[in-house]
Order: sequence, then C-alpha cells, then structure tokens
Amino acid sequence: MLFTVLSGLITSGLLIPFGKFFKSRWSVLLACLPILLFVYYFSYIPDISLGKTFNQEINWIPSLGVNLSFRLDGLSLLFSLLITGIGSLIVIYASAYLKGHQFLDRFFAYLLLFMSAMLGLVLSNNIILLFIFWELTSISSFFLIGFNNQQKESRKSALTALTITGIGGYFLLIGLLLIVYITGTASIDALFAQASFIQQHAYYPYIVGFVCLGAFTKSAQFPFHFWLPGAMKAPTPVSAYLHSATMVKAGIFVLARFTPILGNTELWSYTLLIAGGVTMVYAAIHSLFRTDLKGVLAYSTIAALGMLTFLLGLGTREALTAALVFIVAHALYKAALFLITGIIDHETGTRDLTLLSGLRKVLLPVFIAGTLAALSSAGLPLSIGFIGKDLIYEATLHGPQQLALYLTIIAVFTNVILVTVGFYAGIKPFLGPLPEAFQKVHLPYRAMWVPPLLLGILAFILGIFPHLLGGSLIQASLQVMDISTAPVNLKIWHGFNTVLLLSIGTLALGTIIYLVQKPTANKLAFIEKFNNLSPKHIFERMGALLLRFSDFYTNKIHNGYLRSYMLKIIIFAEVLIGYELLNSGPISIDFDKLSPISFYEGFNVLILIAAVLFTVSTRSRLSAVVGTSVIGYAICLIFVFYSAPDLAMTQFTIDTLTVVLFVLVLFRLPPFLNFANKLDKIRDGFVAISFGVILSIVALKVLQEPFETQVSDFYGQYAYSLAKGKNVVNVILVDFRGFDTMFEIVVLSIAALGVYSLLKLRLKSSEKE
Amino acid sequence: MRSSILQTASQYLLPILLLFSVFLLLRGHYYPGGGFVGGLVASIAFVLHSFANGTENTLKIVRYKPLSLIPIGLLIASLSMFMPVLLGLPVMTGLWFEEPIPVIGMIGSALFFDLGVYLVVIGVVLTILFTISQNTH
Amino acid sequence: MELLLVFLIGVLYAAGVYLILRRSMVKLLLGIMLFGNATNILIFLLGNIVKGKPPIIGADFKVFQDIYADPIPQALILTAIVISFGLTAFAIVLLKRVYALINSDDLDDLNTPEEEDI
Repeated sequence: MLFTVLSGLITSGLLIPFGKFFKSRWSVLLACLPILLFVYYFSYIPDISLGKTFNQEINWIPSLGVNLSFRLDGLSLLFSLLITGIGSLIVIYASAYLKGHQFLDRFFAYLLLFMSAMLGLVLSNNIILLFIFWELTSISSFFLIGFNNQQKESRKSALTALTITGIGGYFLLIGLLLIVYITGTASIDALFAQASFIQQHAYYPYIVGFVCLGAFTKSAQFPFHFWLPGAMKAPTPVSAYLHSATMVKAGIFVLARFTPILGNTELWSYTLLIAGGVTMVYAAIHSLFRTDLKGVLAYSTIAALGMLTFLLGLGTREALTAALVFIVAHALYKAALFLITGIIDHETGTRDLTLLSGLRKVLLPVFIAGTLAALSSAGLPLSIGFIGKDLIYEATLHGPQQLALYLTIIAVFTNVILVTVGFYAGIKPFLGPLPEAFQKVHLPYRAMWVPPLLLGILAFILGIFPHLLGGSLIQASLQVMDISTAPVNLKIWHGFNTVLLLSIGTLALGTIIYLVQKPTANKLAFIEKFNNLSPKHIFERMGALLLRFSDFYTNKIHNGYLRSYMLKIIIFAEVLIGYELLNSGPISIDFDKLSPISFYEGFNVLILIAAVLFTVSTRSRLSAVVGTSVIGYAICLIFVFYSAPDLAMTQFTIDTLTVVLFVLVLFRLPPFLNFANKLDKIRDGFVAISFGVILSIVALKVLQEPFETQVSDFYGQYAYSLAKGKNVVNVILVDFRGFDTMFEIVVLSIAALGVYSLLKLRLKSSEKE
Repeated sequence: MRSSILQTASQYLLPILLLFSVFLLLRGHYYPGGGFVGGLVASIAFVLHSFANGTENTLKIVRYKPLSLIPIGLLIASLSMFMPVLLGLPVMTGLWFEEPIPVIGMIGSALFFDLGVYLVVIGVVLTILFTISQNTH
Repeated sequence: MELLLVFLIGVLYAAGVYLILRRSMVKLLLGIMLFGNATNILIFLLGNIVKGKPPIIGADFKVFQDIYADPIPQALILTAIVISFGLTAFAIVLLKRVYALINSDDLDDLNTPEEEDI
C-alpha cells in the first residue's frame, strides 16, 4: 500500500524536471497512474468482501509511536476506489480542459500530490499519519484552488480555504493527540479495542469536540461551509475532484473511521445530527437561488455533506448503510455534473443559468450525460440515487421514536431541493430554444465528454444491479463501522410502503419546484443580503480585528526599545518568581549554623555597597568603570575569605584586564548624558529594587535548604585516586568536566576572533571621518 | 603614559611574571592555580610591558602574533583530549607517567590540557587588548 | 555573614537591573557585569560556605580529612568569570564600532522607531 501512496508523490515530484514532456501532447498519459492504482485496488474487492483486512507497517518514528502503518479494509477500499477511479477520469478530462495551459505540468503535479495525500489519508492505520496526510490534502488543495493565481479572487479563496481547513486540522490534531495521550497508542487497530475506555474517559467530550471541529471544517459543515463556494474559483476539474468526490469527503471519512471508536453515544449522535441537519437545510435553501452553475453545485454539495454527517450521527445500521451508498451515489452524479458544467463553461464561456438554454442541439452526448446524472441525483428508480434515497428514508423513519418524524421531514425537505437543483445543473441548460450566441458551440474533445457520460451510465448500472455494490464494498465497510455481520441487501424494489411514497413524493415535489421556480439575478441578490449575517462575514471581521490587535500589540510590546523589552522581561520574571515565593511558605533560618561576621568582612561589604552606589549614580563613564572594578576587587576579597583561592586569583586578574579594556576604549568618550526623566528613574528604581529583594529572598531560600553534598563528595573522593590531583577545583576543570572547559576555550577563541575581525574590518568611507 | 621607572621595572617584571605564570600552571593540579589563572597572569605581564613600552615593542618581544597562540593552544588541548583514543581508551581518560619528574612533578594528559588552556587564554586576551590598543592609537 | 551576602546579592542585582534599564550603552554593559557578579555570588552561596578550608587535599592524604569548601560552585564560577571576560570584550568592541558609526552612546539612536514614546 505504501508504494501506491508513494507512486503519486514521486510522479508529482518528477513532473518538476520532466514536466515539459507532459505539458504538450502526452499529458493524458498521466492518467495511467491512477488507472493502474484503480485496477490494483479493484483486485482487492473479492478478498475484502470476505471481510479480510490487509495491514502494512514500516517503522518511521517508533519512539513517538508514529509509523508508516496502513490498513486496507472495506471503508478504505471504498474510498480508495473513488479516489483513483474518479481521479483517472479527472486527469483525462483535465488534459483536454486545460490543453495548452502554461502551467499544465504544475497542475498535474498538484493533482497527483493531492491524490496521493487522499489515498494516504484513507489508508492510514495510524492517527498521526492520518493527520499528516490530512494536512497534505489541505496544502495541495490550496495550490489547486489558487491555480489561476493571477486572479485576486482566486488567491483569496485559496487562502480562505487553507485558513479554515488549517484551523480545522489544528483542532483535529488536538483531538487525536488527546486520544493518543489517554490510550497511549496511535494505531487505529488498537483503538477499536479501546472504544469503551475512551468513551468513559473524562476527556471524551473534548475529543469528540475537537475531532468533529476538524471534520466539519473539512467537510464544509455549517458554520464553516463558506470556503467551499469560494473554492469554486478553482478550474472545474479540480472542483469536480476535490469538492464533490474526495477532499470534502475526507471529513466524512474521518467521522466514519472514528464511528466505531467514538460513536454510539448521545454526545456524538446529537453533535453530528445537529451540525448535519442545520447544514443540509441551510445549504439546500441557498442552492435554490444560485444563478451560477458552479454555485448551485457547491451549495448542493454542502447539503449532501450535511446529509452524510446527519446519517452518521443517526448511527443506526440502516443510517450507516444509507450514508455509504449515498457517498458513492453522490460522488458519481456530482462529479458528472461538475464535469458537464466545465464543458458548458469551456464551450460557451458562461455558467449563468439565466442565459444558458437549448444546448442539447449542439452538445447532445453531454446532454445525455447530464440527464443521467440529474436523474440519479433526483433519485429516479433504477438509479443508484434512488437506492440511496430509499435507504435514507428508511433510516430516518426507523430512527429514535420521538425524533423520527422530524428527521424524516428535514430529510425530505433537503432531498426535494436536491432534486430541483440536480435538474437545474444537469437538464436546464440543455432545454428550450438555442440562443443566437450559442449557435457556433461545438462538441469538445472526446476526453471531455466521455468521463461524465461514463459516470452517468455507472450510476444506472449500479442502480440496476445494486448487489454489485451492496454485497461487496458496502457490507465490508459496514463491518468496519458496525460490529454485526448481517448481510447487506440493496434492493431496487421494496414493495409499496411509506418509503416508496416518500420517494415518489420527493421526486414529484422537486419536479414541481423546478417547473415553478426559476433562479434569477433578483432572487440571488435578495438571498445574498442574508450573507451579511453569515459566518463568512463574521469570520472576515474577526480576521480584521485580529490584524488590528496584532498592530496594537506589535507597536506596544515590540517597540524596538531594548530597555522597554528588558523592563517587561524583568517585571514578568518578578511576578513569576514572586508568585512562586508567596506560595512556597515562610522562611525559617537556623541562625546558629551561619558563620559569624568579622570586622574586616563587614568593612569589605560596606566598601562594596558604597562602590555599587557610586557606580549607579556617577555621571562620568570612567568613574563608573572604576566603581565596577572596585566591586570586582571586593568580590575577590569575599572569595579569599571563603576558601576559594582559585576564584580569587581569577577574579583579580580578570578584573584588572577588564579595567584596562574599558580604559582603552572609553577614555575618550564624553560623560554620560542624563537621558531619563525623574519619573522613569523612579519607576526603574522601583523595578530594580523589587528585583533585588526577590532575588535576596531566593538566596534566603537557598540557605534554608540543607546542603546536598553527594556530588561534591564524589569529586573529593576521587580527585586523587582517579585524576591524580589535589586541587579539586582544577581537577574538575581539566579532568572531570574537561569537555566543558574545552568548549569554554573554544568560545573564548571565537570572542577573540570576533573582536579581531570587528576591528580589522576595513571601515567604510562614511566611517572614516 | 611613558614613565622611565615603569619602563625599567617592566623590563624585569616581564620575565618574573611569566615565570610565576608557568609556576601557577604547573602546580595547578595540587595547589591553587592552573591554566586559566596562569594564562591571565602571563597576559597581564605582557599588558604591563605594552603599557610601559608601547604595543609595538611588546609585539616585537613576543615575535609571533598572539592570534596564532589560539589555534596552537586549541590543538594541544584537543590532542590531550583525543590521545587516549589512540590507546583504545575513551576520550579524555587521564594518562599519567608513573614516576614524578623533578621540578615539574607528575606529568599527564591533564597537564597538557591545562597547557592548551593557558596558551588559548594568553592568545585571546592579548589578541583582544592589542587589537584594541593598536586601533585606538 | 551569609545574611550579609544575601543582602549583597540583592544590592548587586538591583544595581544591575537599574543600569540595564538605562539608555546608555556603557551603562547597559556595566549593568550586565554587575548582574553577572551577583549571579556568581548567588551560585557561591549554593555551596557550603566555610572559612579557611579551600577544596585542596592535604599534602599527605589522598582524600579530604576535614570539612572543606564545595568545589563545584567554584568550578562553575571560575568558568563564568572567564567567559564573562570574553563577553565583555566583544561587547565593548561592538560598542566602540557603534560609537564610530553613529557617534552616540544612546541606544535609542540605533533604531528609528515610528513612535516617540515607549
């Protein structure tokens, strides 16, 4: 399985040097890769249908529990087939759609990168690996949406999509890490066994919240749906691929993947039911009034995604079956409709529903494909859409007692509109008289109209022989999500019952609305007004607020004045240490243990303090330096008093040399200027004194602690026997901790080289004066 | 700041201080002293001389650029660090001659390491101070 | 005597911080040096403070016979003192270069901020 993921990544990388070759004539050859992958996965169907799973694991970062671990089961196989199958058609289609485009090679590189990321996502058996591929899909889709990067709108949409899915990815990561944290494993296999443990854990609500947030952003659920209509700025093949069949389904996939781990609780069910329900109703209403074909499709896609979330939330066996069938049905007809829209756009130059009509006379095969897709979308008997719709109604009717009626009503409502919208996109542009402007429209390359036709026909083949799908993939997928292994029977005919009545009613109502309601620019303008309250605007306003806040923050905190930074750092440290000191209890010091103060020690400290005061207050640079050196010598005396002869000698010599250094450099500089005003001085003095007091308290705390002599005793014990030295300080420096000393002299050498090069640098002409 | 007393004194002080610094270096393992202190005292000796006689004259006595002492010192220190590796021992294992040598005392890899430190310190201090003083005048 | 050192640490830190908060580069540098000295004494206090017992093993013995000063803080401080010399030297030369460039000791002349207040 790893090689299938890698093959796309490698091909995508190879397109950088060899892209020219594919750019011209042979771009369609690239379709070989997804086709081969499709055939490869297709060959797994018999095994998977029997309920087998295939695992592959290669160590990557075992210490973090992150491995290249893949798992092929019913669910991932279903998605893999969709990804590679529709991917093949998209590559063929795009090679004609974007023929002669300047950056065709780049386009295919992004597309294959995306395909591999999607494959990796659905095949991952490790949730961290899953997250990595998840982010990779976000990034590659960013490039695909923004492919027409000369257009400002396109760039903006790409950025919005990346922001929303990026934030979602961040939440997903939190959720996944919480799972890893409480269970100690990142392997999906292992997590299946721990489902009840996770669900009883205190963190369970957070996990559900974060994982759902991640999935909802990716699958464009309300209120994060608005990036999807924006993403329609992408070239149509991209919309068809990413925004109908694959990427937006990644969120659905994650929800489905985690159903056996997190599902079957009230929290999970209600979260998904509410999010999905609101999304599908909201998006369905919006889709009805769009005039842009792609806008219609975008909103109907959101509605379909809402429906899927809704079904997963319902969580019964019937609902899960319905969701799986609907995923396939929707992928087939929606991809077909997008491709048809692409053809119309490509040939006529417009996607405006109010302008398009009569195209059947010039684009007959496209018309056939469109009709097939629209009918499948409408749920005409003998199409896969019909079976999907039946299952949905069955699931809602058999849902929880008190909710069944309401669930059914909103499902019917959404489906009615989806019927209408399907007709708008698949049939409306082809009916009626052919306007003058479109007389010269001609059929595009075969590579463009065959893929949607294939998809349309497939929708009916699967509709007529539902067992092809139900007995194999759906059943195997259900096994992953649901424990029971009862066989799945997808039937064309259920007999006369409520479900059939609802289906027929839906179809009839949808058709009536189609005949009565025509999308016009006025209605669009009306509904657009509601967008002022929409999440998109709130989001944009939040973005603007964030920018203003960061402006303010940068100007106030990051203002370029060193002492202002220092002030903030020191005050922060004071608050932090002070708080800790307050919490740590009182200080009690055993005064008997302290050594007595002799006269010359006290005198030395007095000199020291006087020197400090002198240094701080003096106006002259040189006297400040002298003051510092007096401090140094006094400290040297302290070292002498307290049995540190090595330190005393070093301090003495270093202090001498430092004074020489200062004098060499500074003796020509003017005296200090009095920069600060009085208020600043008082403030700084206050901060400084409180810092001194806090550090003094820290020092007292140190005294209070009993001395830990273990390490010192070790050195004392072995200084002679191991290192043949009697001056323990020196033995530590040159023997026990010799490495430190080695690096210390290296640092010193670097300092010397720095000084040398700074001074020997040729001064520029401006500096010579 | 040329004073003939200081000039004369520094002529004699330089060798005495240098001798003292070597003394500090050699006895560092047993009594207060060692490479750092020894190197610093030696540097002070040269600095004193340069104060009295000018940096140019001091450089003439040293003959080599102080900068070149740094790599030599680093080399000696690293050699003493890695010498045990040649004998199949871990890095920085202490190696010692069995018998003490008159005047110097025990000789071992630690002493060579300290010698490296000593040279680096002299090199660093003199490089910094002489570069600055040459640059100012 | 330890209490006196504790007091001293406070004074040195306060003076160091106060100088660091000044606008002058030289004062900044002196402040950093005082800060370093204060830290050295704090580390020194971490060990066992004893008078007249340097951590040197007697001539005829192979291990310590008596209580002795803690050698570890001393080794740490020795390293710190020498390194701080390297730091001071580099900083002071940097300061000299800056002075040659902008002919000022004022840190605020190094940047051209848009707002005049802090």
